Amino acid sequence: MDTSQKITHVLDRLTLGARPGDRIQLQRAGVDTYIQSQLNPPNNPKPASLARSLRGYATLSLSPVDLFEQYSPARNSSPEQREAARARQVQIVQEALQARVRGALESDYQLQEVMADFWFNHFNVFLGKGLTKLWVGVYEKDAIRPHALGKFRNLLGATAKHPAMSFYLDNWRNTDPNSRRARGPYQGLNENYARELMELHTMGVNGGYTQADVQSLTRILTGWGLGRTREASADGSGFTFEPVRHDGSDKTLLGQSIPGGGLDEGERALDLLAQHPSTARHISYKLAEYFVSDTPPEGLVSRLSDRFLATDGDIRAVLSSLFESDQFWDDAYFQVKFKTPYQYLISMVRATGLSEPDENTVRRIVGAMGQLGMPLYRCRTPDGYSQQESAWLNADAMLQRLNFARMAAGLDRENRPNAAALKETLGEAFSAQTLAVVDDSPAGMRPALLLGSPEMMYR
Amino acid sequence: MKRRRFLQSAALVGASSVAAVGAHSWLWRSSATAANLPRLIVVMLRGATDGLNIVVPYRENEYYESRPSIAIARPGENEGVLDLDGRFGLHPSLDALMPEWESGNLAFVHASGSPQATRSHFQAQDYLETATPGETATRDGWLNRLLAVLPEGTPAQGVNMGTGSVLPLIFAGQASVSNVSVNAAGSPRMSRDQRAIQGAFDQLYARNDRLGETYQEGRAARDVIMRELEAEGMEASRGAPTPERFTNTARSLARLMKGDTGTQVAFMELGGWDTHVNERGILKRQLIPLGNGLAALAKELGPLYQDTTIVVMSEFGRTIAENGNGGTDHGHGNAMWIMGGGVRGRKVYGEWPGLSEANQHDSRDLAITTDFRDVLSSVLGQQFGLNNRAIAQVFPGHSVTRSLQLL
Repeated sequence: MDTSQKITHVLDRLTLGARPGDRIQLQRAGVDTYIQSQLNPPNNPKPASLARSLRGYATLSLSPVDLFEQYSPARNSSPEQREAARARQVQIVQEALQARVRGALESDYQLQEVMADFWFNHFNVFLGKGLTKLWVGVYEKDAIRPHALGKFRNLLGATAKHPAMSFYLDNWRNTDPNSRRARGPYQGLNENYARELMELHTMGVNGGYTQADVQSLTRILTGWGLGRTREASADGSGFTFEPVRHDGSDKTLLGQSIPGGGLDEGERALDLLAQHPSTARHISYKLAEYFVSDTPPEGLVSRLSDRFLATDGDIRAVLSSLFESDQFWDDAYFQVKFKTPYQYLISMVRATGLSEPDENTVRRIVGAMGQLGMPLYRCRTPDGYSQQESAWLNADAMLQRLNFARMAAGLDRENRPNAAALKETLGEAFSAQTLAVVDDSPAGMRPALLLGSPEMMYR
Repeated sequence: MKRRRFLQSAALVGASSVAAVGAHSWLWRSSATAANLPRLIVVMLRGATDGLNIVVPYRENEYYESRPSIAIARPGENEGVLDLDGRFGLHPSLDALMPEWESGNLAFVHASGSPQATRSHFQAQDYLETATPGETATRDGWLNRLLAVLPEGTPAQGVNMGTGSVLPLIFAGQASVSNVSVNAAGSPRMSRDQRAIQGAFDQLYARNDRLGETYQEGRAARDVIMRELEAEGMEASRGAPTPERFTNTARSLARLMKGDTGTQVAFMELGGWDTHVNERGILKRQLIPLGNGLAALAKELGPLYQDTTIVVMSEFGRTIAENGNGGTDHGHGNAMWIMGGGVRGRKVYGEWPGLSEANQHDSRDLAITTDFRDVLSSVLGQQFGLNNRAIAQVFPGHSVTRSLQLL
């Protein structure tokens, strides 16, 4: 790759798409420096206008317990009160959506945004499942984002204890069947979370665990509860450990003995899972799939796995290896990743340079994600959305994408993008054929044609 | 992606395959003659229809005792049911369908449904669409799996007649499906400037790679669909006041099927059936356009109706007893409707469990004696000549317990 291609490649893969001025900034800073700055974002979002907006989303600064107490209907409430509570909950969802899209569109620290999306998807929860809706925003803000470039073990622990995950995968119900509390919602063992924890979150489906391991892990995680009130969860986190529902017998997990105890059994289990070579491989494969290719080269995956194990699951270190690898810079992988609907829509809007969009504009973008089959926070299944071309490239979706290209070109009524500016922003991505067709078309159509061009479908 | 092969053969005609397909509709005819193709139309009634007030067990005293204010009167009485077979009667607002019943083109399977006893609309609809009740992880729908086992057809072999651009779960999956978004008049939504820019997009995607082919496939399907829908017959309804969106959509679908599109599998839906309150009024309002729409579909299909089966289904039934608001709550068993030229009609199929307390599901609902997949397996086997292996692909994990001779 020459320098110009390298710039395009970095903007394609480490960001959600180039904004006006990005290429020049990257040229000045140099590719390596830019990557380093992306790997080490400051705590405060930039630009300041974004930070200000994010602070305005009140429900995102509440604790899970506050959210439950203030936004869910009381136990014996009337139908009217329930309706009112449902209406209030709309605000939570709206703020979560606004915060995510505003960050994706405007944040200078794009790798952080990319990884927030990556990990949310990896540890997916679905807001349509009962109470999950209350916590989806703070789940991303408090359990995912702080650890997006940190230690995998911390990320794993934060998701395991978060009420959004606990509710979504039913672990709050998971109870020792011999416990005197084993009735009502706590009827007995529920292995939903324990299974996905191994299959999806850590070791991967072929990671070498057995059904006996799933059962052990399920028992280890009994009593990991959901505290909806201050009484149950004094720190407001919503996590409680209820010894009375916990199975305290000795267990064996992945060949290791875990003596009967309490909460510490689960912590031990998470340690084991986070350090397991299958986990290192599974996470490395997914990162390589996201950043390099639908069929990532084996050499890269094993190099990343080694780094994962050597650094105790340090995500920043693993990504750093990835960005330094020869494979990442191989011409064969230049602009070959088919954008998911999320990536396509965000990249188009970024290219237009839209800043500080109003709520309705964000709603339109979110609506478009839904129409393309990738509604934000609404992936029902715990495996999250696919990053593979085959999942998203189909005949009807292609036609729809082009409708949204027209939409994106017209989002900012005051400041419509022009073709020359788009070409400059997006670099030399466009083929001669595309440019010829675009230049032959009426000027008013050109921005939509560029945004809907074949080249724009790939990153 | 099996439909791509069709397009590649179409592309031999000229460099720009989209234009070629558009101009040479005979190509479509030759690969899929409109006549003789077996067809299936699924109509989903979202919100849980009250099967007991649609196919009414008017001989049962429990029915009238449980529903003092919303039961439909016996045949011959004021606003009474239309007698079907001496045992069941049809809701009077469906009188448009009586000719279909009389001529033996309409049947019902009563006390049918999904064995998974969920009372969540959301989950029950999913199960009806994936046809894997109890399995929440299924991501494809059974109509899509059906497309996968049918002999290869045109890019418009499967069509969703929707109002938005989201494909319903029943059509989700690997096989491509055309999503036709129609307005209340049944006309496709497309503005003039959309047509202009489409020509430019056609040029951008006149490439022989995967992306270009996929685009061309979509365009070809849409092109042929648009052409049919814009034919003269549609002009009459354009701009007309449209209280009967469903009827118009049904007419458009019939037009598509009669035309060059080679459409064999289609899906339509109608919401608004969640009659917790004032069921009497709501059913009247809802059933009239539904009956008219289905009758229009039958009529417009003309000779093709002989090769078409229409299945009408809803996620679950409603409680046997009425509630305090002149409505009914979420229940269990329901009636499925089977309509078409080849149907062995004039019959209410299924084992009727009765409404007595001992036979109720959960002491409140109509029990289910026929799994909805048994009904669908029978329809697919007989309609498309599918063997057991193919049917097992459409309904994985299900073994038929009650085989019905519906066609």
